[in-house]
Amino acid sequence: MATRTQALEVPAGLDAKPTSLWRDAFGRLVRNRMAVVGGVIVLILVFLAIFGPFLTPYPYSAIDYKAMAATGGIPVPPLSMGHLFGTDNLGHDLFSRILDGARISMTVALVVQVVVIFIGIPMGAAAGWFGGRMDNLLMRITDVVYAFPDLLFIILLSISFKDTWFGGAVDGLLLVFVAIGIVSWVTMARLVRGQILSLKETEYVEAARAIGVSDFRIVSRHLLPNAIGPVIVAITLGIPSAILAESTLAFLGIGVNPPRASWGTLINDGSLWMSSTPHMLVFPAIAIALALLSFTFLGDGLRDALDPKLKGKQ
Amino acid sequence: MTAYIIRRVLWLIPVLFVVSVITFALMHSAPGGPWQREKPLPAATVALLDEKYKLDQPVIVQYLTWAGNMLTGDLGPSYKYRSRDVNDMVASGIGPTLQLGVMAFLLSVLVGIPLGVIAALRQNKVPDYLATGISVIGIATPSFVLAFLLVLIFASGLHWFPTGGWRGPETWVMPTVALAAFPIAQIARYTRASMLEVTRKDYVRTAQSKGLKERSIVVVHMIRNALIPVVTILGPIFAGLVTGSFIIETIYSIPGIGKFYVNSIGQRDYGVIMAMTMLYAAAVAVMNLVVDIGYAYIDPRIRYS
Repeated sequence: MATRTQALEVPAGLDAKPTSLWRDAFGRLVRNRMAVVGGVIVLILVFLAIFGPFLTPYPYSAIDYKAMAATGGIPVPPLSMGHLFGTDNLGHDLFSRILDGARISMTVALVVQVVVIFIGIPMGAAAGWFGGRMDNLLMRITDVVYAFPDLLFIILLSISFKDTWFGGAVDGLLLVFVAIGIVSWVTMARLVRGQILSLKETEYVEAARAIGVSDFRIVSRHLLPNAIGPVIVAITLGIPSAILAESTLAFLGIGVNPPRASWGTLINDGSLWMSSTPHMLVFPAIAIALALLSFTFLGDGLRDALDPKLKGKQ
Repeated sequence: MTAYIIRRVLWLIPVLFVVSVITFALMHSAPGGPWQREKPLPAATVALLDEKYKLDQPVIVQYLTWAGNMLTGDLGPSYKYRSRDVNDMVASGIGPTLQLGVMAFLLSVLVGIPLGVIAALRQNKVPDYLATGISVIGIATPSFVLAFLLVLIFASGLHWFPTGGWRGPETWVMPTVALAAFPIAQIARYTRASMLEVTRKDYVRTAQSKGLKERSIVVVHMIRNALIPVVTILGPIFAGLVTGSFIIETIYSIPGIGKFYVNSIGQRDYGVIMAMTMLYAAAVAVMNLVVDIGYAYIDPRIRYS
């Protein structure tokens, strides 16, 4: 008897507790150094976006006339006269402006992805599940949106509605959210559609159907949770594109209304002064680079963690 | 295959039609018009101008007039540049824009793919880190930032290149690099991932165990297969170059058509907006089609029906 129980002992390595998919994925994520660095920077950016105004003595729109008088109207260089990043040519504290820019970028990141989630996922799920006319409609919309160069559409929409209430809402940002959201949800819808199409043929769906589970319940309880990995990855990687689109618009002078300034606005201002006082260009450029990279690395890490089969694939 | 191509080409017509309707509707739904100035023009002048350019007619009539003219090759007048019509502007600007786009596209393919291949073949070694570093710069630096940094370093600093214009090869370098940096990064990342995927395939192991030369395994078996998924992203990349070009054209004062675009929307220069949007949309749609067809040619497993 004694020898038999010994033979049944679990071999080493298999005695670990079963881990959930999420715990497993999280473990893989934290082992990925780039993803961790990206994640930490994302957290810092979110923190700065929320608490920015409390971290600096200057509001973003305040003008330091004293410093301007002292320099004779030339931008204050970094680390002087109480300005960590110096000031711009009008005497605005650059650090405070960059913090407000972080708030704008993070808001764009958040709101656009909310639009993408609330339009893209239901549309994609409906198209994938019902097929037929729904699916056709989605694919035709996709054709048009893809043929319309993104930035052109966003610019057109932004400038067309600039002088209406819609264009003025949330310092002009509402329009930017909607414009970027409209061109972005299609990609999510296509992704979800593809996922649903492939999952729809699985046996557990057939089983659920056989016992009379409603369509809505099958899609929401069985299909979408199984498609969540790629969706999370698409959302994370969609954020840098949204941030980039917003900055590009701001750079062109479209989007957020003065006195608020997006990183794109700051870069445009900085470009005018770049040969004499490059700090006005360099600091916002670093800010945007950090934001773009951190979300990209986090997204890459999440993809590898959530779907080890896809490791390294874009 | 021929039937598929014909179907796709015909499908372009309704797509471009919808794009034109959306653009036209958006333009005309916005308050303000082409005659709005800081100092308002007298109402009588506006009425006369409206009449001359038929802006007093219902929007639908205006659209039909525009569409009819466009189909006969007449893109209409420009309200901003009163002495030129849109055909003129497109004709003079299309050269530099096209050249910039093609050069940037070639540069991104010719640099991006080798970078990705080298990175994958020397995974986690110095060349991989170098290639990854270049992609990181491409992702982290928006084209408009890179454009200024290049001017700051290579024009103002080192005086290697002029700061702008479009007069000869020395003026082409910086705009092309600024425009191509992001697509280079995208293509390199994608190629690297695709190559790594292929490395693990059975047919590569078979080739290795047969004792084929490393070189022929890489070229014949790996690169050819790894490039198939890369081709699919060339369509979106081209679209990105198209829209990216008007920022670069503005920064480097290149006399292309992109430069007119942003201004024309602000000034409600309807003819220019419509012409540019249609031109860009058509270019992107055609490029997507070319990519899809090219995809079938390089991957015999794909058959469209």
